[in-house]
Amino acid sequence: MMPATSTTGAISSPIQTLLDPPRLVTRRPLLQTDGLLKRYGRVTAVQDVELRVYPGEMVGIVGESGSGKSTVLRLLNLQELPDEGSLILDLPGYAETNLFALDRFQRRMIQCQHIGIVYQNPYLGLRMQTSSSGNIAERLIMAGERTFQTMRQVARESLDASEFPLERMDDAPWQLSGGMQQRVQLARAIALRPLVLLLDEPTTGLDVSVQALVLDTLKHLQHELQPATVLVSHDLGVIRTLTDRALVMRHGRVVEHGLTDQILDDPQHPYTQQLVHARLS
Amino acid sequence: MTLLDVQGYQKQFVIHQSGRQFTAFRGLSFRLAAGEFLVVTGANGIGKSTLLRCLYRTYVPSGGSAHYASLAGPIDLVRAAEVDILWLRKTEIGHATQFLRPRPRVSALELAAEPLIRIGTDPHEARDVACTWLAAFGLKPDIWHAYPSTFSGGEQQKLNLIRALIHPPRLLLLDEPTSALDRQARATLVARLQELKDQGVTMIGVFHDLDVIRTLIDRELYLRHVDQ
Repeated sequence: MMPATSTTGAISSPIQTLLDPPRLVTRRPLLQTDGLLKRYGRVTAVQDVELRVYPGEMVGIVGESGSGKSTVLRLLNLQELPDEGSLILDLPGYAETNLFALDRFQRRMIQCQHIGIVYQNPYLGLRMQTSSSGNIAERLIMAGERTFQTMRQVARESLDASEFPLERMDDAPWQLSGGMQQRVQLARAIALRPLVLLLDEPTTGLDVSVQALVLDTLKHLQHELQPATVLVSHDLGVIRTLTDRALVMRHGRVVEHGLTDQILDDPQHPYTQQLVHARLS
Repeated sequence: MTLLDVQGYQKQFVIHQSGRQFTAFRGLSFRLAAGEFLVVTGANGIGKSTLLRCLYRTYVPSGGSAHYASLAGPIDLVRAAEVDILWLRKTEIGHATQFLRPRPRVSALELAAEPLIRIGTDPHEARDVACTWLAAFGLKPDIWHAYPSTFSGGEQQKLNLIRALIHPPRLLLLDEPTSALDRQARATLVARLQELKDQGVTMIGVFHDLDVIRTLIDRELYLRHVDQ
């Protein structure tokens, strides 16, 4: 019998079903992280997190506030360093490199060129006083682009792909509705066609009809660009609509992982059962 | 050729909050050759749909094995990695359920064409094929561009079936696919299932009304009550 390894999720999870390693899918995961540990003072925010995401796949992370899910996202975005653990992206020249071990400049370049992020709070992702097209141009300038025409063109294309009304592309985000601000964030995130897309509660706080539209845009973009996407949400409906697989986090650890329909229809861990049934009741 | 070999299959539900356990089935064994049509029978609530969901891995099987002969190599569906199961769902194993989960702002036509687009079919061609099936199941053209959340139960079931049948899988799991269908749709369905069977598709089905599909059945698996 093959040694049992988990394909995503925690090594020490008590509920871990012992699954075989992938056999039919032989390509490498695009994103691979192991043994993540992050402490803030005496508080352990994240522990033993292991994750594999393949190109074109969207993996969800669910859990209540303070479960560590947003911390995981900040680590994947290389904006913070963990106390322990590795992150490997299948990039030419970096396929064996732990990105956390790179210097600040290199990390910044990889983040800028290959990772896009959308925050729940648009104030974290956008300059509110700068025009929407300018917000996207800024991202391109950071990546070394200097031609105004190109920047304008890319801004237009990525705003259009995010289904943002182009006649408003020179309005500043503070003049826009919440749904449109999220589209600008999304356009900024995908402008350089990143391999990794990180979504932190991208539709929380939007009203239901706007949320449906943004979810639909995300689904289209995922299909078109085929990034490895990690979506953090406490909304199980969003997780069901968008993701193929999901991890459930509690107190900084992954307590369960599985196919999204399995997590929601046959949850195994006591905490996941509580979470799923709380939603239904 | 054996396509699916299930041995000592078991499903137990554990409800942690109440400390209760419930066994749906245990010690279940059967073999299925490529192209066979197996019908699962037994009383209401005996675990027929649960068996299909376990094979599709919507439910986690509690024990036993389910060796499946994939085109990419043999694999035990009980222990297969999640990404392998996703790959099989996309390419080889289909599941037609009773209920559709409509996605916000996605039209009936887009939903019907989606399985073909996902495997790389040209979107225009996929939509053409989808239109043929929407018509064959008796869905009127004026609702093809509408959102299915407003559809009746029967219309939703038709759409769900189209999604499962539009791209022939190698193993098809059918969970009460005829329950809400009208006569025309039922005839279309049975004709399509016969066509798939002739192409060598293996099927496991749960049917409310066995008479409709009587001519397709090769074997029957009768589920009995399990002592808890």
